[in-house]
Amino acid sequence: MTDTTRAASDDRRPPAYPQARGCPFQPPSGYDRYREEGPVSAVELYDGRRVWAVSGHAEARQVLLDAATFSSDRVHRDYPATAPRFESARKVKNFIGMDPPEHTVQRRMLLSTFTVKKVQALRPGIQRLVDELVDAIEAKGPVADLVPDFALPVPSIVICELLGVPYADHTFFEQQSRRVVTGSTTLEDSADAFAQLSSYLDELIRRKEREPGDGLLDTLIAEQLAVGALSRRELVDIALLLLVAGHETTASAIALGVLTLLKHPDQLAALRDNPDLLPTAVEELLRYMAIADGVARFATTDTELGGQRIKAGDGVVVVISTANRDEAAFPAAGSFDVARGARHHISFGHGVHQCIGQNLARAELEIALSTLLRRLPGLRLAVPETELPVKEAGGVQGVWKLPVTW
Amino acid sequence: MRITADTGRCLGAGQCVLSAPDRFDQSTEGTVLVLTPSVEGEAEEARLRETIALCPSQAIALEA
Repeated sequence: MTDTTRAASDDRRPPAYPQARGCPFQPPSGYDRYREEGPVSAVELYDGRRVWAVSGHAEARQVLLDAATFSSDRVHRDYPATAPRFESARKVKNFIGMDPPEHTVQRRMLLSTFTVKKVQALRPGIQRLVDELVDAIEAKGPVADLVPDFALPVPSIVICELLGVPYADHTFFEQQSRRVVTGSTTLEDSADAFAQLSSYLDELIRRKEREPGDGLLDTLIAEQLAVGALSRRELVDIALLLLVAGHETTASAIALGVLTLLKHPDQLAALRDNPDLLPTAVEELLRYMAIADGVARFATTDTELGGQRIKAGDGVVVVISTANRDEAAFPAAGSFDVARGARHHISFGHGVHQCIGQNLARAELEIALSTLLRRLPGLRLAVPETELPVKEAGGVQGVWKLPVTW
Repeated sequence: MRITADTGRCLGAGQCVLSAPDRFDQSTEGTVLVLTPSVEGEAEEARLRETIALCPSQAIALEA
């Protein structure tokens, strides 16, 4: 499977991974073919490499729970790059791209910041911020583009305060982060964006060493960098992950969440009638939208998965958007149902790499969506849905713009 | 049955706290705390098995 050469006459060429979405909250129609071939099937990456797509929910869990057999080591040559930007990401070494026990040492340094209680304590501040943003939207009047006016600043301001990154720098780091997480970003472009973010964060950390603040980065400087538990480079790479993952994904989820609710008026009405449904509605949005379309691993040893024989070195892509629509795990999986109450989707991943910021993301989504729906009851799209620019294959999924009126 | 937790495996996702807040909490370090370990009745056992399946680091279990 690691063979990157392919005969031009090969008519048994597997389908491509990733593929672009038509409707931004639906998996690409081309992924249906994966499922037709079973829970684990062959796909071809942009560079011609053939890897295994895991589209069954049970098989996806099996891969994600078994970090010893299915490695996340991004530096390793067998780790598949599903888009050019992942070649650049190999040089950014933090816990998302490491296996235990190396991974676990870094992750443990962050656990106390992301507990359910700590996130609960952030809620009043997030609510104030969301209210101020809606005030500004109302004051300006329609039409508003909810991406720059709402969906992006909410998680961006929250992660800045949490990390101790000055929000005054947001235009710079949002633009660079966008280059890092966009599917169509070239190798050179993503390498440049990573380099710019790294040098910005390196400089910020040096400044904080002289003038400490009270963010997570300051804590990591005092408790880990100062005692040699983290090198400066390691701290910069961790900061980069937290900053990028802390705002781009949630921003995409907020905007796409608004769109998904607007396109399901019966479900939107059910949520408006019963605000107690908010947590399950957010969970269902996470399952249904699957903004992180997939996640890669490689096999460290020969193994079997979903009836396929996987060889050591084979690349594996867990197709989150398809696993979340597996009928065996989610009856009527194609229906968006705010009262479903299913929490076993894998939108935050599963296993030791499951998103460390997931409860912060949930809080931001709950507060942002409920506040917007309550304060702008006439909220609707200002353009036809077909005119919304959909994000490219191979990156965080969503829409680039969301013009609304009310 | 009793709930057991392995803080050495726990990676602080907090799924147990969200799923069964009456049973689980997190320490200030961010790892799992079992509030009431004793489990009685099939319905309660079934509910906790769902919670256990949600744990991404397989840090909680039911033992006889």
